[in-house]
Amino acid sequence: MAAAHVALPLPVLPQGWTAEKDFKPLGKISKPIQRSIEPVGPHFLAHARRKRHHRTFSEDERIQAQENVKKVEDDDDAGEISEPEDPVMLQRDAKDWKGQDHYAVLGLSKYRHRATEEQIKRAHRKKVLRHHPDKRAASGGTEDDSFFKCIQKATEILLDPMRRQQFDSVDENADVEPPTKKDAAQKGKFFKLWGPVFESEARFSKIQPVPLLGDDSSTKDHVENFYNFWYNFDSWRSFEYQDEDVPDDNENRDQKRHVERKNNNARKKKKTEDTARLRHLVDDALAGDERIKRFRTEERANKNKKKNEREAAERKAKEDAEAAKLEAARKEKEAEELAKASKVDAKKAKEAAKNAAKKNKRVLKGSVKDVNYFVESGDANANVVDSVLNEVDAVIAKLEPEELADLAAKLNGKKDIAGVKGIWIEEVKRLEGAGKLKTGDMKVLAA
Amino acid sequence: MSAEEDNGVTVTPPERLAIGIAFGNSNSSIAHTGSDGKPVVIANEEGDRQIPSVLSYIEGEEFHGNQAKTQLIRNSKNTVAYFRDYIGKSFDSIDPSASHASAHPQKHDKTVAFSIHDTSSESPNTVTVQEIASRHLKRLISSASDFLGQSVNAVVITVPTNFSEDQKKELEAAARDAKVELLQFIPEPIAAALAYDARPETEVRDKIIVVADLGGTRSDVTVLASRGGMYSILATSHDYEFAGQNLDQVLIDHFAKEFIKKNKSDPRENPRGLAKLKHESEATKKALSLGTNATISIESLSEGIDFSSTVNRIRYETLANKVFGGITRLIEDTVKKAELDLLDVDEVILSGGTSHTPKIASNIATIFSQTTRVLAPSTLATAINPSELTARGAAIQASLVQEFDVDDIVQSAHPMVTVAPHLHNAIGVLLLSGDASRGIFRPVLDPETPVPAKRTVTFATPREGGDVLIKICEGIRDIKVTKPEPKPKTNGATVKDADEDDSDMSDSDEEEEEEDLRERAWKVGTELAEVAIKGVKKGGKVEITLNVNAELGLQVVAREVGSKTGVRGVVEKPEH
Ligand SMILES: Nc1ncnc2c1ncn2[C@@H]1O[C@H](COP(=O)(O)OP(=O)(O)OP(=O)(O)O)[C@@H](O)[C@H]1O
Repeated sequence: MAAAHVALPLPVLPQGWTAEKDFKPLGKISKPIQRSIEPVGPHFLAHARRKRHHRTFSEDERIQAQENVKKVEDDDDAGEISEPEDPVMLQRDAKDWKGQDHYAVLGLSKYRHRATEEQIKRAHRKKVLRHHPDKRAASGGTEDDSFFKCIQKATEILLDPMRRQQFDSVDENADVEPPTKKDAAQKGKFFKLWGPVFESEARFSKIQPVPLLGDDSSTKDHVENFYNFWYNFDSWRSFEYQDEDVPDDNENRDQKRHVERKNNNARKKKKTEDTARLRHLVDDALAGDERIKRFRTEERANKNKKKNEREAAERKAKEDAEAAKLEAARKEKEAEELAKASKVDAKKAKEAAKNAAKKNKRVLKGSVKDVNYFVESGDANANVVDSVLNEVDAVIAKLEPEELADLAAKLNGKKDIAGVKGIWIEEVKRLEGAGKLKTGDMKVLAA
Repeated sequence: MSAEEDNGVTVTPPERLAIGIAFGNSNSSIAHTGSDGKPVVIANEEGDRQIPSVLSYIEGEEFHGNQAKTQLIRNSKNTVAYFRDYIGKSFDSIDPSASHASAHPQKHDKTVAFSIHDTSSESPNTVTVQEIASRHLKRLISSASDFLGQSVNAVVITVPTNFSEDQKKELEAAARDAKVELLQFIPEPIAAALAYDARPETEVRDKIIVVADLGGTRSDVTVLASRGGMYSILATSHDYEFAGQNLDQVLIDHFAKEFIKKNKSDPRENPRGLAKLKHESEATKKALSLGTNATISIESLSEGIDFSSTVNRIRYETLANKVFGGITRLIEDTVKKAELDLLDVDEVILSGGTSHTPKIASNIATIFSQTTRVLAPSTLATAINPSELTARGAAIQASLVQEFDVDDIVQSAHPMVTVAPHLHNAIGVLLLSGDASRGIFRPVLDPETPVPAKRTVTFATPREGGDVLIKICEGIRDIKVTKPEPKPKTNGATVKDADEDDSDMSDSDEEEEEEDLRERAWKVGTELAEVAIKGVKKGGKVEITLNVNAELGLQVVAREVGSKTGVRGVVEKPEH
C-alpha cells in the first residue's frame, strides 16, 4: 500500500527528554481478537503463500486454529425462542387477527415489546418450519393453514414498526395491574407490588430510559425525580388498534366518514382516559409510598432539630446575657466596696498623718522647750518663750508633713542647746534656700 | 482430479477453464475473467445475464432460465424454482414458502426433493434438490462453454455466509455430477467486495465495508474489515422478509386492489392470475428503477378480463416504504452487531438485483455520513451493475486459483492459514502534543487489522523543524457528540407539505429537533513507545513504519524522509 501522509505536525521533543538510542518502550499491545481472514483475492493468496510454505495441515490443526475464533454467524436454529404452544391458540382463525396475541403466536410471550426485530424474524422462521401447510401435510396433518395465516399476520404486524407500536399500545398481556387497595395496605410489599407496574408502564414513554421506582434506600432526589417524571409522562400510546373497521371505499362515503369520525373520537377519548389512568396510578403509588412519609418525618425531625437547636441557642444566649449582667453587677459592687474601703483607709491615713504631724509638731515644740528656749541658765521669760515658739510655729507652717517628720526625727532625743539650735538653724537655712522663708524673718532660729 | 485414470492410461488433464458462478435462489450468473484480467458476465443463449435459477419440464423437455420462469404461469407444478437454500438441508429445516407457486419441496430421506413430470412418462419422478442443482449447473456451464468456445471444467461458486458445511458438501456433489471441478466456494459479500477492489483504478485502502446483498428471496448484510486488501467478516444478518419478492407483492396488492375496484374479483385468488400478476409486477418494478412511470398490461388476468394500468415511481415508493424501511433497519442493526457506529463505515456496497431500486440506495445513503461511499447505480455513476457483482467476484477468484490443485486451494483456506489475531485497537501516533490529553491521535494501523501487518505513514513536523517526539499509542474508537447550538426561532411561514397522501405515513407535525452533531474520534489508549527524531530540517517530514508480528510484538522504524539514518526500536510482545 502506498504510504499515507498526514499534514498535522508531530510534537516538539520535550526539554530534557532522553532515552537510550532515542527509543523508549512504554507498554504492550492489547489482547487481539481471533478472526478468520476470507481466503479470497490476490492479497490473501500472498498471505497464504507466506504463511504456508507449502505445508499441509491436519484436521487437528484445524480444530486448534479455530478454537478461539470469534463467531460471526449465529446458528440458524438458536433455540432461544421456544415456548409450548397453547392448543387453543393453534385453533385460531386468522380472520380474527385483531384478537390474537401476536407475541404468543410467535412464541415470544416473555419478550413482548422487548423483542428485537431479529428475534421476531427468527421466531417467525421457526414457526414457519413447523406450521407451513406443506410441513403439516408431510407430517400427516391436515393442510389446514389457518394457524399459518395467524403466524403470517403476527409477523406482518410486528415487523412494521408503526403497527407494532399500535399493537403494543393495547397489549394487555404486557400490563402489570396496580395492586388493589387491600394488597397495597400490606406492610413491606410496596416495592414488590409497584415496581413491576412502573417497569411495565415505562414502555410507553417517548423518553427512555425511564426512572424506575427504586427501593427503600433510594435517595430523596431519586424519589422526587421519579414522581416528577411520572407526573409529566410523555406517552406514545395510541388506540388505533381498537378502531372499528372502516367500510370499503366506494360502499358508502358518508358511512365511511361517520365511522372514521367515530374512531377518531374514540381514540381521543381513550387517550385522555389513559392519561388520567396513569395519573391516578401515580397518585396511588405516591399515597402509599412510605418513603415520602419517611422523608417528611425526617424533614420534620430535621426541622424540629433545627428548631430545638435554635431555641437552645436562644436560651443559652439569654442565660449568657443574664450571667454577664450578674457578673457586671458583681464587679461593680466589688469596685464600689473597694472604693469605699480605700476612702476609709485614706481617712485613717490622713488622721494618722495628722496625728503624726501633731506628734512631730509636739516634738518640735518640745525640742525648744527641752533646751529651755535656748536660754543657757535660768528660766526663759515669757517674751523669749513667745518669740521662740512663734518662730517655731512659722517654720512648722512652712513644712510639709514629710519634712516635719524628718525634722522631728532629727530633733528627737536631742537635749543640748547647740545641737537643737544647730538643727533648727540648718532647717531654717534650707527653707530660706528653698525660698519658703525670707532671710531675716527668723531672729532666734537664725545664726 | 488433475489426472484421470482412463482404461489404465494416464491422460494429460485438459487445460483448466474456470468460471465464476453466482448461484442465487432467484437468479444465477456466470462470469469469466479474460486474458485482459477483466471479468465479463456471460449471457446465455437467450441473451440473459441474470439467468433465473428455474428449471421446468414439458413432456420431457427441459427449460431453463427465463423460459422456465414463464412456465410458472402455466406449468407451475413441473417447474422448480427458489431451491438453492434447500440444498444440503433436511425437509424439517427448510422454509418452503418461496416455492408456494412452483413445485413444492418434499421430504426425501434426509434431504429435500421435488415430485415432477420431468420425462414424457405419465407418472412423476422424485428428483432430489441435489439433482436439480446439478441440472441447473450443467445448463449454466453449457451456456458458458458455448460463449467461450471451449469446455468449462472448473468453477468457483458463491454462497451466502450462512451456507453450512453440509450444504457446501451437497452443492459440491452437484457440481461433480455436472462434470465440473469445484475449485472453491466463496461468500457472496466477499465476491462483491472483490469485484470492486479488483478494478485496476481501485487503490488498496484499509476500510470498513458494509455489503448489502438484496436479492429476490432474501436480504443479507455483512460488515467487513478490509485490511491490506484482505477481508475479515465482523458481523452478518440474514433476512427473509424484506427482499425483492416483498416488493413484487406490494405491486401485486396494489394492482389487485385496482382490479377489484373495477371488476369486483380478486385476481390473486386463482393461481394462474396470481402468477401472471406476479410476473408482470416484477417487470413493472424493474421498470420503475429506471423510469418514473411504468405500465402494466396483462391479457386475461382473471375471468377473461384484461388488465392494464400505470403506476408512477413516487406512488410505488410510498407503497413500498415498509420494505425499504426494513432494509435500512437491517443494515443499521448489522453495523450495531459488529459493535461499530454508522460513522465507522467507509463504504457501502449494494449488491443483488433489488439494489437497482433508487430509493433503497438513497435511503441507505441518508443513514450514513457524507463521507461514506454508497456504491449503487443511482448514487454513483461508476458503480458496477449490482446484479453482476458476485459473479464477477467469483470469476476473479476463479482466475486467481485456476492454476492451483484443488488440494492446494483447500490447504490455503485452512484455518491454520486463515485464522489470525486481529488488532483490538488502532495503533498510531500523537500529533501536535505528546500529552495524551491534548495530542490528536492518528492511526497507522487500524483496528481489526490481522497480524502480522506493516504500515508506513509520513508525518509533517513543526514549522521550524528541530527535535520531534513520536509518541506511539493505541487508539480506541469513539464517537464525539456535540449538542447543536440553539438556533434562534425563525418566524417565517413553514412550508407545509401540500401533497397529503392517503398512505399511513406518520404525520410529523412536531417541530424537527436539531440533531446532535456526531463525529468519529479517537481516545488515546495504552502508550506503547516514545521515539525522538533529532535535528529535523525546516519543512522536513518524518516517516514512521510500524510492524506488528504474529505474536503482537511491535517494531518501530522512524526516520526523517531523505535521511539515511533513523531510529529503530522494539516493543516486546505481550503475555496474553
Ligand atoms: N432493475 C431492477 N430493479 C429492481 N429490482 C430488480 C431489478 N433487477 C432485478 N431486480 C430484483 O432483484 C431480485 C433478484 O435479485 P438477484 O438476481 O440478486 O437474486 P438472487 O441473488 O438469486 O437472490 P435470492 O437468492 O435472495 O433469491 C428480484 O426480486 C428482482 O425482481
